[in-house]
Amino acid sequence: MSGVNDFAFRMATVNGTGSASANSLLMQAIFRMGIPVTGKNIFPSNIQGLPTFYDIRVSKDGYTARPQEMDLVVTLNPSTYAKDVAAVRKGGYLLYDSSWPLEPDLVREGITILGIPFGKMCVENFEGDRNRTLLRNIVYSGALAAFLSIDMEVVGQMLTEKFSKKKGLLEANRRAIQLGFDYAKAHFECPLPFHLDHMDATGDSIIIDGNSAAALGAVYAGATVGAWYPITPSTSLMEAFTSFCKKFRTEPETALARYCIIQAEDELSAAGIAIGAGWAGARAFTNTAGPGISLMQEFVGLAYYTEIPAVFFDIQRTGPSTGMPTRTQQADLLSLAYASHGDTKHIVLFPCNPEECFYMSVKAFDLADRFQTPVFVASDLDIGMNDWMCKRLEWDDSYRPDRGKCLTADELESVKKFSRYLDAEGDGIAARSLPGVHGHGAYFVRGSGHDKHGTYTEDADAYQEVVDRLARKFRLAATAVPAPEIRTVKGAKVGIVSLGGCHAAVLEAIDRLRDMGIVADYMRIRGFPFDAPVRAFLDSHAVNFVVEQNRDAQLRSLLAIETGKPRDEMIPVLDYGGMPLTAMCVVNAVSGHLSKPSAKRSPRKKKKASA
Amino acid sequence: MTSITKPQVRHPGLKKNALGFTQRDYEGAMSTLCAGCGHDSVTAALVQACFELALPPHRAAKMSGIGCSSKTTAYFMRESHGFNSVHGRMPSVTTGANAANRDLTYIGISGDGDSLSIGLGQFCHAIRRNVRMLYLIENNGVYGLTKGQFSASADVGSTSKKGETNVQPPIDPVLLALTLGATFVARGFSGDKAQLIPILKAGLSHNGLAMVDIISPCVTFNDREGST
Repeated sequence: MSGVNDFAFRMATVNGTGSASANSLLMQAIFRMGIPVTGKNIFPSNIQGLPTFYDIRVSKDGYTARPQEMDLVVTLNPSTYAKDVAAVRKGGYLLYDSSWPLEPDLVREGITILGIPFGKMCVENFEGDRNRTLLRNIVYSGALAAFLSIDMEVVGQMLTEKFSKKKGLLEANRRAIQLGFDYAKAHFECPLPFHLDHMDATGDSIIIDGNSAAALGAVYAGATVGAWYPITPSTSLMEAFTSFCKKFRTEPETALARYCIIQAEDELSAAGIAIGAGWAGARAFTNTAGPGISLMQEFVGLAYYTEIPAVFFDIQRTGPSTGMPTRTQQADLLSLAYASHGDTKHIVLFPCNPEECFYMSVKAFDLADRFQTPVFVASDLDIGMNDWMCKRLEWDDSYRPDRGKCLTADELESVKKFSRYLDAEGDGIAARSLPGVHGHGAYFVRGSGHDKHGTYTEDADAYQEVVDRLARKFRLAATAVPAPEIRTVKGAKVGIVSLGGCHAAVLEAIDRLRDMGIVADYMRIRGFPFDAPVRAFLDSHAVNFVVEQNRDAQLRSLLAIETGKPRDEMIPVLDYGGMPLTAMCVVNAVSGHLSKPSAKRSPRKKKKASA
Repeated sequence: MTSITKPQVRHPGLKKNALGFTQRDYEGAMSTLCAGCGHDSVTAALVQACFELALPPHRAAKMSGIGCSSKTTAYFMRESHGFNSVHGRMPSVTTGANAANRDLTYIGISGDGDSLSIGLGQFCHAIRRNVRMLYLIENNGVYGLTKGQFSASADVGSTSKKGETNVQPPIDPVLLALTLGATFVARGFSGDKAQLIPILKAGLSHNGLAMVDIISPCVTFNDREGST
């Protein structure tokens, strides 16, 4: 139930009207009031004219998952009136623009309808169509400040920061915010029963999106080459990397860029550039989404087989094909784990929020170098593009990149015959040599069959020796990827397994399930390949639920294939409509399954259980 | 891509270049192309050009895609790194390598299938970016490794080994490169070393992308009645 510092509200607007920045301002103001807050931008694959929604959840307990229902909806887009009204919880509020008569669509029993003539107020107070459209967002923000007790001083301060260089705009925005605020105060009882009250719970936190955090990680890891092809929702990662590099990687004296960012002609080329740079010794990466991953398959196989490091950020969106480019999903799991033709397996990291995007980005570059292989970071649209409140990022300046086994000129000097793929130390990782370092290290990279010396071969044993070593190397990687996060509770009978962006909703669901008497342990997969603790967790519970955002239970398949745990002993909880997961989705699936009479028996007999 | 190591016995009186290397030091593995292949003549010209320029072998990188032409990177400069990548994608790999290390001499060797069909896009964009490299197209109008299909540079009216007649107009890499604003464009013939070596040397010295289209006959699949 909603209450002080515990509620959710939605702004339903038309995209391209400037509402995004007003909504973001509201979220940041709440954050500055010291109250945990989350914002989810649900936007269309379009530049102007289609419906867009921004959901803000305020949670004194720090829950950050997408809210299930809205206490208040601001409805400013006639084309979504019906949907907006339906989103309001029973007893909730609807705020509409009363410049026009109340549409029948907006009438609903059991909710309170608030009307403010935003449009009329803007026409009366401001000049110019574009200006009026933009400022309408600020007027409703002012009204919300009154309804929800958003600190007007904080809002005023933020406007000053935002428009410090544009005094005219600052003045208009200040007037607009006050107009909305005053109107609400004068005409309605403010604040509403659910509202804000200053807290001190965000002091060690920041607001950041996952793509910016991942880009920052790439900077800290020492990446110098970035290649990409624009694609939603990964574009902002390279944009962030570009701006960080301009700031931190440009030599002040010479203005020389110590980095190279290339917008390629397509994703094939982007992958090729990253791999070429990785081969030549740089830390290189590319960022993309599902369609780009499809195009990169051939190069991924080349890098796997020839053992060249490169990092691939996959900001997953809803597939298949073009799918829904501005909706989230976790449906690339299998295509990442086994990307490319032939026997291939890849290291994949699964950040659950922007904070982890930062740390895992750094980790990905280290793993790529150490294991001389492509490494995927499987983020998603919700993590990548939405603003999240997370712990302040920390950095240890003693960090040194793990470049793996890379022979120096001195080491190569004494080498008589360099064998690129010789497992000299028995760990499955062969030393590599970089071009230009020493003639003794010269070898011929070939995606065709090669033996341990790197020489072309069509010999069965020589070929197998190399691919078997690759498998050994991959097994070793299981101990190097981030270990699963395991939370156990005394008396837990069921296990919940999940990954990535599901984390916030699953944590909340575990609390709600406990309220219902269902005690669950939790394992969050953070990396692939899986190490022994993953199977051990699955074996220690009679029932395991696997929560993920795709149709085909891909994580469950991956667990079954790689750990040998029978697939049907794991109950899938699936949510794949493209929206961030809600706790209720998990609660309903788990409690629903457990309340079925058949659930009392062995889970082995439960063939068709699903969410 | 089979390669046979060449014997390392040398004549003591061989001429040395400024670095003290002989021409033999610029050779690579034994070619496994068909006897009489034009590509081998290109390789020989490259060996001589690099020797004469006194290029430090370990400071050069040989880049290629897939196809008969792409195999030739194994046949010269054994002390240079080589990268035999994927079909038609040599330009992007070279672009990336250049981004990481701009001090190496990049020698990209491609063919008409590799650059004018599957890799036409990458060919064009490498030219647009003016990637610093020598970009050779060993152009024989035919797919050799897959046994004689027409390539995108086959002439209209030429016939294949299986008796089919090509009706689609060829793509001319020189004209294409010119329209794309290439900073160095040349055409040579594998059989004319006297002309080719200076072109290669000029290309290797060019600060940008030097595209050299080299007509290089395929003696197995494009050397019959009906071949053009």
